[in-house]
Amino acid sequence: MRGESVQSDYARMLLQRFLVRLLTMLVTLFGVAIVVFVVIRVAPGDPIAMMLPPGASDDDIARLRALYGLDKSIVQQFFIWLGGVLQGDFGTSISLRQDVLGLVFDRLPATLELATVALLMAIALGVTAAILGARSRGTAIEAGIDIASGATLSIPDFLWGLVLILLFGVLVPVFDISGRVSPQLDLPFVTQFYLVESILRLRFDLTWDLLKHMLMPAVALALPLAAIIAQLLKQSLKEVLDLDYVVLARVKGFSETQVILREALKNAALPTLTLVGVQFTFLIGGTVIVERLFSYEGLGNMAIDAVINRDLPLIQGIVLVFALLFVLINLAVDMMYALLNPRLRHG
Amino acid sequence: MDEARISRRPVSPRLWLAGCWLLMALLAAIFAPLIAPQDPLAQDLMLERLPPFWLDGAEPGYWLGTDSLGRDLLSRLIFGGRIAFIVAFAAATSACLLGSALGLIAGYFGGWPERIISRVVDVWMAFPPVLFAILLVAVLGTGLSSVILAIAIIDWTRFCRVIRAEAMSQARMDYVESARIAGYGRIGIMLREVLPNVLPSVVALLSLEMGIAVIVEAILSFVNLSISTDDPTWGSIIAEGRLSIHQAWWVLVFPLITLILTVLSFSQFGEALKARFDPVLR
Repeated sequence: MRGESVQSDYARMLLQRFLVRLLTMLVTLFGVAIVVFVVIRVAPGDPIAMMLPPGASDDDIARLRALYGLDKSIVQQFFIWLGGVLQGDFGTSISLRQDVLGLVFDRLPATLELATVALLMAIALGVTAAILGARSRGTAIEAGIDIASGATLSIPDFLWGLVLILLFGVLVPVFDISGRVSPQLDLPFVTQFYLVESILRLRFDLTWDLLKHMLMPAVALALPLAAIIAQLLKQSLKEVLDLDYVVLARVKGFSETQVILREALKNAALPTLTLVGVQFTFLIGGTVIVERLFSYEGLGNMAIDAVINRDLPLIQGIVLVFALLFVLINLAVDMMYALLNPRLRHG
Repeated sequence: MDEARISRRPVSPRLWLAGCWLLMALLAAIFAPLIAPQDPLAQDLMLERLPPFWLDGAEPGYWLGTDSLGRDLLSRLIFGGRIAFIVAFAAATSACLLGSALGLIAGYFGGWPERIISRVVDVWMAFPPVLFAILLVAVLGTGLSSVILAIAIIDWTRFCRVIRAEAMSQARMDYVESARIAGYGRIGIMLREVLPNVLPSVVALLSLEMGIAVIVEAILSFVNLSISTDDPTWGSIIAEGRLSIHQAWWVLVFPLITLILTVLSFSQFGEALKARFDPVLR
């Protein structure tokens, strides 16, 4: 009986937490919308002038201004714009003359695949280094891991990308450093999730080609995050390894690696998990310049083109989608933390 | 405070190296016109893509080689350092002043100033920083002051978050309470008691932020959105090097090494300052 009431208290607490976070998220998104709107409307250079052929009459300009609501007050304009955005109407790209939402959704899968592969690599690399470091604590191996992760962490993804281009694009040209897929390949895909679809269709030749293109940008994105994971997880592992139950497991005759994998890891992982969530948004932010560096056809690369072409509707669409992604990830991490944290679970 | 003990602590070799590199790069940037062997803007198609001095075909006086327009790479790097350091100091200081002030107010006063500032920080954190920077520079127009302004507008949140948390924990300490009982006003306590205690974190972050500012400037000039003139910047040299990577690797390698050393040095400095001032580590 008592257990049940604790359970329902916990469920109520979770729901409450979820609703509060959801509300905060909406407030944040509203703030983002205001900032985007203000920044874009402050932009010098008349977007209307860029849409018309030279020599358009004043009448034409006025008609187009009215069509886009640019003749109304700034507050009215904001709500007209926001109303459109909420209905999925992000406008039409000026430079590509297509629906912004369609363009964004065409490119988003490429960025999501890249970011996910990078995240998985960062976790694999970081956790391995952390376990290795915790296993050999106090030795030269641990010191080496500390120095390597410290330096890796200080160098941002942009510079890692350039280093990788030099090493594996020029010095030992084994990986592709440009594009998402070899252009001569015939792609049977119906969605933009090329990597997922190539695996589902069992076309592993295409999977391999996609991965070969994705590897360098993904490593550039993954390295700083892997270093953070290695440092933090190693620290928590070392703390857990001195606790009684771990000592007991060791007395029972488990090897040090077994002790870490079976006993210590799951209790040491929680702080790292929260951090990985926050850092994942930084990683996604990093795709903007890394995609540019590797000419990878994702959302970030399109965003830079949009800025250079002063394609305001496209820019605002991309920024809003990124912002939505960021707050959703933060919400998910927060809820995951609440679900996994034993202290919250047991009141 | 045992000042003597602090100053007797040996300075780590890594910190020495970091300090030497930064000092050297800074001096080179300041005295660029005296040091640079060539005019960084002088084009000479007879001298295009000369390799660095140890390779065959190198030309004396062009130590690190030339780019595809025959401009001297070393001179361009030295002059590019001017932009890098100006941006580093100006942008990081502006971000620091804005972010620390807001963080101090939010952390010490709490209540509605804290709620508003935290919401604004949340909003800011929802933007991909690089995209935000590119967008701001596009809106503000290219140029040195736009780059500095854009970095300050984006990165103040780093200072704000850390200082807010520190000021919050300081505000709960006994000495703040004693100062209040002694009759000091809230703003007086904030500036005279809390600020000096959060200052070490501010200084450490400031050093890290300088490294970040150098990178952001390089990224902006890489996408051709930094300063609009022909003045060389590390990012624009890198952009040039990325294009001619198969013909002249040195045009990418040397600015890349310069950037990496500079960023590592700034972060080493930041870490060392943090360790030096951190009462737990000390």
